Amino acid sequence: MTTAAETLKPRRPSLRPVWEEKPTLAGQIGKGAILTLVVLVVVVPLWVVVVTSLSSADTINNAGGYVFLPREFNPSAYVAIFSGGQVTDAILVSTFVTVVGTALSLSVTVLAAYGLSRTGTLLHRPILFYFLLTFLIYPGMIPTYLVVTGLGLKDNLLSLIVPTAVSAFNLVVLRAFFMSIPSELLDSARIDGAGEWRILFQIVLPLSRAVTAVVGLFYAVGYWNSFFNAVLYLDRNDLQPVQRILQQFILAGQAPTNVGSGAVVHIPGLGYVAPPNLAIKMAVVVITLIPALIVYPFVQRHFTKGVIVGAVKG
Amino acid sequence: MSSSPIVEEAGAVTAPAPAVHTVKTMSFGARLRRDWPLMLMCVPAMLLLAVFHYLPALGNVIAFQDYNPFAGDSPLQAFLSSEWIGFGNFQYLFETTAFWDSVRNTLAITAFQLVFYFPIPILLAMLLNSILSPRLRSFVQSVVYLPHFFSWVLVVSLFQMMLGGSGLIAQTLREAGMTAPDVMTNPDTFMLLITSQAIWKDAGWGMIVFLAALAAVDPSLYEAAAADGAGRWRRMWHITLPGLRPVIVLLLILRLGDALNVGFEQFYLQREAVGRDAAEVLDTYVYYQGIGVQQWGVGAAAGLFKALIGLLLILGANKVAHKLGEQGIYSKS
Repeated sequence: MTTAAETLKPRRPSLRPVWEEKPTLAGQIGKGAILTLVVLVVVVPLWVVVVTSLSSADTINNAGGYVFLPREFNPSAYVAIFSGGQVTDAILVSTFVTVVGTALSLSVTVLAAYGLSRTGTLLHRPILFYFLLTFLIYPGMIPTYLVVTGLGLKDNLLSLIVPTAVSAFNLVVLRAFFMSIPSELLDSARIDGAGEWRILFQIVLPLSRAVTAVVGLFYAVGYWNSFFNAVLYLDRNDLQPVQRILQQFILAGQAPTNVGSGAVVHIPGLGYVAPPNLAIKMAVVVITLIPALIVYPFVQRHFTKGVIVGAVKG
Repeated sequence: MSSSPIVEEAGAVTAPAPAVHTVKTMSFGARLRRDWPLMLMCVPAMLLLAVFHYLPALGNVIAFQDYNPFAGDSPLQAFLSSEWIGFGNFQYLFETTAFWDSVRNTLAITAFQLVFYFPIPILLAMLLNSILSPRLRSFVQSVVYLPHFFSWVLVVSLFQMMLGGSGLIAQTLREAGMTAPDVMTNPDTFMLLITSQAIWKDAGWGMIVFLAALAAVDPSLYEAAAADGAGRWRRMWHITLPGLRPVIVLLLILRLGDALNVGFEQFYLQREAVGRDAAEVLDTYVYYQGIGVQQWGVGAAAGLFKALIGLLLILGANKVAHKLGEQGIYSKS
C-alpha cells in the first residue's frame, strides 16, 4: 500500500539499488508491453460489460452489439432487473444464501477453530484429525446428492448452504491464528474467572477481527458464486441464484423475458425507455461481479499480506 | 508461524506460544470438566461434516449396488432394499469406452496445463518482482488477483462475450469484413480455450505464493553476485530460481497428486457447446452417468474410482515431497 509519505519522497534515486545495472531500453519496452497486455486482458472485458449495460438501444445497434466507448448513462436495464421478475428473485435468493450461509459457516468455523486452538485438551488430536481427514476423503457427487435429497432439501435454499458450510481449510487458517495469541493473555483472563465462551468473545475474537473477517468474506464469495448446487437441487424457477440466471442469459442464449414489470421502465430525466436485451444481460453480469469487487480491496489488504504468507511460511 | 505478518498485524502479539496444558497430572474426569466447553464448540462443525462429508463418503458403497431410487420411499430405504452386485458396476465401467475417454481427457488436460499453465504464475511473479515502482506493482497485482473471486459461470460468460460467435472480437472482425472463428464451440482448440480461462482466472492468484518466496530471498545475495560481475540473467538463474525451487517443487508434486482434478463447473458449462469428445472429464462423467442418465451405481463407481486413485496419488506425492525434504500437505509427525 502506498501512503502519502511514500508518494511524496523522491522516488527515482532510491528505487534501484546502486549495484543493479541500468535497465535496457528493449527490456523496459518488453516489460511494459507485457504488463499492459496483462492488465488490459483483465480490464477490457469488464469495461465493455459495464459500458454496454448502461447503453441505450440506439447505441447498441450502432455499435453492432457490445459497446466500447460510453455515449450516455442509461440505467434502464438496472431499473428493469430490480423491478420484479426473474432477476430480482435471483438477487434476493443469492443475497439470502450469502448472508445466512456466511453467518452459519463463520459461527461454526470460529467455534471449532477456538475449540481446537489449545493443544493438550481432551481428545484434541482425534478431533483435529477428524477435521483434517476431510482433505483426503472426498464425499463423492452421487452419494452427496442422495444424502441432500434424502434429507428433503430439494427445492430448499438450505441445499446451497449446508453441504458446503464447513471448510476445513478456513478452520485451519483461523486455528493457526488463534494459536498465535499468547497464552498469558488467556491464562490471566482464566485466573480472573472468565469461562471459555467469554474468553472467545471478549479476548480472542476482538484480537482476530481481520483474519475472521477475511475468512467470512471467503465464505461469502463462495456462497455468492454457488452455481452447481443450484443445478442439482433447485428446480423451481423462483429459487434460482444469480449465477444460474447468468448461465441462462449468456451461455444458453435465453432472452431476458421475465424481467421487470413490462417492456418499458421509467427513468427520471429520460422518460419511458425500453431497456435493450443486451443491456439487461450485461446488467446481470455486473450484478454478479459486484460482490467480488466490494470484497476485493479488503481481502487484498489483509489476506494476501497475512494469511497466505503466514500459511506459506507455516 | 513466528514471523508471519498477520501476527504483527494484530498489534498485540509478539511471540506466539500455544498454551500446553500439563496433561499427566490430571485425571480424565478433571480434564473433561476443564475442557468440555472447548469440545462442545467443535460439535456443530463436526456434525455438519458428519452429515454432509463423511456420510456421503460412506455412501460411496452404492458403487457396489444396483442402486434403484424407486426401491423405497427415501434414499435410505432405497439403499437398504437395492441389490448388491459386487464389482458389477466397475466391470461395466472398465468395459465402457466413454469412461476411458473421460479418463484420457482428464489426464491430457492435466499434462497440457502442467506445461502451459503451471509456469505462468512463476513468470508473472518474477516479472512483477522486477518492477521497482511500488505503486505500479500493487496496481498490477490488484488487477491480476481480481478474477480469482469470479465464479466459473462468470469467467466462461466473459469468454463467450469476448470470443464467442457473436462476441466482441467476432463483431469487430465482421465490421472489418472478415469472418471470425468461434473458438467457444470448436473442440479442436478446446484445450487452449480452457487453459486460457484457467490462466485468466487463477494465474494472478497463483502468483502470490511465488511472490512470497521471492520476498524471502536475501537481497544481499543479489548485491554480492552483482559485485562479482553476474549480470541480471545470471542472477536470475543462480539466485532467483534457486530461491523459488522449493515452492516450485512442492506445488508441482501437489499438482501431480491432484492429477484427476481438473475442475468440474468449467467443463460442465462448456460440454454442450464443444461436445462430449473434447469436454468430458472424470467429474462430468460421474455427473452424467449418475444424475444425468440415472445409473446411480455406475456413477458412484466412477466417483469412487476417481477418489481412490486420487487418494493414492496424493499420498504418493506427499511421500515424494518428504523424500525431497519438503513439507508436503501434512507432516510426518
